[in-house]
Amino acid sequence: MTKEEISKKVTEIIVKKLGVTEAEVKPEASYVEDLGADSLDQVELVMEFEDSFSLGEKIPEEEAAKLSTVGSTIDYLVTRLAK
Amino acid sequence: MRQRRVVITGLGAVTPIGNSTDEFWTGLLEGRNGAGPITLFDTKDHVTKFASEVKNFDAAQYMDKKEARRMDRFTQFAVAASRMAIDDAHLDVKALDADRIGCIIGSGIGGFQTFEDQFEVFMQRGPQRVSPFFIPMMIIDIAAGHVAIINGLKGPNYATVSACATGSHAIGDAFLLIERGDADAMVCGGSEAGICRMGVAGFNALKALSTRNDDPLRASRPFDKERDGFVMGEGAGVVVIEELGHALKRGAKIYGEIAGIGYTDDAYHITAPSEGGEGAARAMKAALKDGGLKPEEIGYINAHGTSTEYNDKNETAAIKTVFGDHAYKTLVSSTKSMTGHLLGAAGGIEFIATTLAVQTGKIPPTINYEVPDENCDLNYVPNKMVEQSIEAAISNTFGFGGHNTCLAVKKFKN
Repeated sequence: MTKEEISKKVTEIIVKKLGVTEAEVKPEASYVEDLGADSLDQVELVMEFEDSFSLGEKIPEEEAAKLSTVGSTIDYLVTRLAK
Repeated sequence: MRQRRVVITGLGAVTPIGNSTDEFWTGLLEGRNGAGPITLFDTKDHVTKFASEVKNFDAAQYMDKKEARRMDRFTQFAVAASRMAIDDAHLDVKALDADRIGCIIGSGIGGFQTFEDQFEVFMQRGPQRVSPFFIPMMIIDIAAGHVAIINGLKGPNYATVSACATGSHAIGDAFLLIERGDADAMVCGGSEAGICRMGVAGFNALKALSTRNDDPLRASRPFDKERDGFVMGEGAGVVVIEELGHALKRGAKIYGEIAGIGYTDDAYHITAPSEGGEGAARAMKAALKDGGLKPEEIGYINAHGTSTEYNDKNETAAIKTVFGDHAYKTLVSSTKSMTGHLLGAAGGIEFIATTLAVQTGKIPPTINYEVPDENCDLNYVPNKMVEQSIEAAISNTFGFGGHNTCLAVKKFKN
């Protein structure tokens, strides 16, 4: 998957789960501060990323905790899927 | 004389015969029937294939879309009915003391569909794929929690659970809290959304449901000799009740006054009512005593009237025990003939029906009443509503576990 493809899919998931518009899902957007997510939403998002990108192994909790913005999520997935 | 009088100032209903109080009430007076084939799931292997579903319910009309997605259907019904009741009461929480406005909304079962869905995820994909929203969508008290968050209600808040008596216990407890001085106003009632694969399978296993699949519109027939079980319903009935002075001060319209309540238990069997409706009779007596009402003052009884063999027979016997000769003079009807049995929400919508009957003098009928049963020989307001001015009425609800609840409503007179 290219970075663009990953970015597109991540955006779709966020729009669906958080009920925000596509325009709001910018790389620098913070889930909590900009997109109105709470801790439960974040857990659900991580599960959805694991499923949608067929990661097999779960995203370790210490890694998941660092995924506070859309951009950090995309970067993590790009690295993870390149392996 | 009560220490603090409690009046009814707002009504909200989501029911199989209409998604507003007006539609619900008009439906009851017209004899509208909510039963039909189940559309919520595939009934191929189920014994009973029909129910009384809520139709055309659009959660987004009453709440934020994202919030609605985090709620089970039973919570969505509760939030919608609460919105209607609070709007109807013109209860401007921000302008009032929010610490003294609470919420009690119960449910017999809670997020049944959520449990089913997540159990399927658990079985197919394992414990680590269960949603973080599973528990906060399923638990029964979450409806009252959501209603508090959305409306800023900071007073007493919890859920009641007593099967089919749940909604009445919620209103009764809210009444007690106001009378005791713990709150000035309460948003209270019941909500249910149990028409799911396991729900229907479970009640079928108990032999509690009608199996009249060839004619769902004639299935809920309380007190009729050919009754063969209840019809599952869903929805919510929520009311705003408040301390009289609080209501008068803000110029609220008053539908009626809660005269008294009666709570008992059969202490007999988990699902069957006690002989002769002994426990139900004690609940009615307790409500009359609490309300300082003589049996002759009760002009209407909104019966539990489930359309099961045992309930209708025993409830009739209980009414005769309490009312004597007056049992044949007072009007008795089961609105479940039209709505089906809303389980934990029944007490909510039936309290609304009882209140409006007292206020308007219009008494909803028992529809599908065709064949008299020698064990059920009271005036059940057969098939057509009647107009008769009444001073007071009671609403009966009884639940598995032997719980009996009776709420007495009287005309408001200052």
